[in-house]
Amino acid sequence: MATSQDTRAAVRAHYEPVIGLEVHVHLLTASKIFCSCSTRFGDPPNANVCPVCLGLPGALPVLNQQAVQFATLAAMALNCRINERSIFARKNYFYPDLPKGYQVSQYDKPLAEFGWIEVPATGGGAKKIGITRVHLEEDAGKSLHEGFPDSYDHTYLDLNRCGVPLIEIVSEPDLRSPEEAYEYLTRLKEIILYTGVSDCNMEEGSLRCDANISVRPAGQREFGTKTEIKNVNSFRFIRQALEYEIERHITVIESGGRIVQETRLFNSNEGKTYGMRSKEEAHDYRYFPEPDLLPLVVDAAWQRQIRALLPELPAARRARMMREYSLTEDDVYTLTRTQGMADQFEEAARAAKNPKRVANLVIGDLLGRLKAQGLEIEQSPISMKGVAMSADLVESGAISGKILKDLYDKAFERKEDFPAIYEKEKPRQITDTAAIEKMIDEVIAANPKQVEQYRAGKTTMKGFFVGQVMKASKGQANPALVNELLDKKLS
Amino acid sequence: MSDNRQPITEKDVLYVAELANLELTDEERARMVKDLNSILDYVDRLNELDTSNVEPMAQTSDRYGIDESKAGTARFAYAMREDKTGPSLPREVVMENAPETDGAFFKVPKVIEK
Repeated sequence: MATSQDTRAAVRAHYEPVIGLEVHVHLLTASKIFCSCSTRFGDPPNANVCPVCLGLPGALPVLNQQAVQFATLAAMALNCRINERSIFARKNYFYPDLPKGYQVSQYDKPLAEFGWIEVPATGGGAKKIGITRVHLEEDAGKSLHEGFPDSYDHTYLDLNRCGVPLIEIVSEPDLRSPEEAYEYLTRLKEIILYTGVSDCNMEEGSLRCDANISVRPAGQREFGTKTEIKNVNSFRFIRQALEYEIERHITVIESGGRIVQETRLFNSNEGKTYGMRSKEEAHDYRYFPEPDLLPLVVDAAWQRQIRALLPELPAARRARMMREYSLTEDDVYTLTRTQGMADQFEEAARAAKNPKRVANLVIGDLLGRLKAQGLEIEQSPISMKGVAMSADLVESGAISGKILKDLYDKAFERKEDFPAIYEKEKPRQITDTAAIEKMIDEVIAANPKQVEQYRAGKTTMKGFFVGQVMKASKGQANPALVNELLDKKLS
Repeated sequence: MSDNRQPITEKDVLYVAELANLELTDEERARMVKDLNSILDYVDRLNELDTSNVEPMAQTSDRYGIDESKAGTARFAYAMREDKTGPSLPREVVMENAPETDGAFFKVPKVIEK
């Protein structure tokens, strides 16, 4: 007999979820989008406000050029087409954290359109997710509903955030599962971080996400009725909220009901969404062109200047790293989980004599130990610089692979970086000329054929002899001395 | 009134008033119906002109900037500022107009929704 879970999965398979995401990202300008107040997070409440961002009568906005540049750079990184001319519009609604009674945004002529990013597809490979538009707008203030003695009948407002520049990134309804939505957000955030236009800090509200979700019978072209999920403050919760909402939609439809188009809030403690009791007309924003602002013109010359600022983006970097260090895709993902880690790795790899050896040590010797101890790569006792140093020591023959492994174990045991461990634990070098000469004599006696080749002019054989002597000394012979004595003995 | 426009009804007025957060008396409501119809009648008259080849314009400088000799971004560059911070208002001044405050925050009646 089929379990209820099997039945559930069978029912679920009859439906296809359709998901679109709206992501808001704070831009890292020093001043606000339309006035010179600071955008700094965490300042005393209502300390960074002026007549413009307070919406006092007669105050006029003046556009921050850097906000335009950041928005355009982000849009370019998301493969958008930049509209040379875009228009600011007023989005009208009443809420206490919006003192003007309208938000300056963009509507029918946004800054950028027709972009895309790639996410890993479920069956392997990559899937392109369309980006409908990227537009510039101002943020609203912050409402505090709790935490004050009279919170039961008062809402407190901090308007410092009013006028902080934002970009809104709207995806096409191309996402087909909560997992894809999660991947999309992860990639999107990574790209934005690489461009440096935002810190994407979700705790501070620098990145916020709303999700539109509907389900339709598999194979149907028309979309089902959608709901919007708001107020979700982590990518994990968005995935969870979408899972819940998909199940809810299917249950309602299966029982003959109809989905009501509405905005819902996610309660992360319960893992459930709840409908907001709001009137439908609240969504009639009566957009019209903002008469206080001129058209935004980002002409070809400015676009060229901004495009020149585009860094190497994550996808391109991963492809290059796979080539450059002969790494697998999985390994590259591990090494590039954060930009900082990837930068450190590459810096170390490039400084080392053999970059591939650095990569191999990280993948082979470092990651395994981290995994065994349940540590993330950011918590590694051995830094990338330490790995590079150890790679060079192996490369020069100063230490053997076995000694390296011992030193790594000690570094993990004592939570010390490689250079410190090496300093204390480095094998005592044999600098006794007589002892080394004895080892060389033995190696020469044991390998007459190689000696012959060397003397016949095959000087590349030298490395072989160095290796043999180092091996005989268990890696403890002084390499410089070995080289010098070998030259003498072999000549 | 043109043939293709439905006249503004009391229902429309109520809807717009609701969006604008306005409470209208019966008298005001009746007057608004009349006024709005009269305004839209006038717009209908303007609509008799063929403007199919005219670009929509929200303000005059929209189209030309203040310096027509310049093109592209340069034409509107005067309307942008550098990303530099300047002084904000002292908080006592900010709170002078607050309906209610504890000295640091604006206070408003409890917002239930959201």
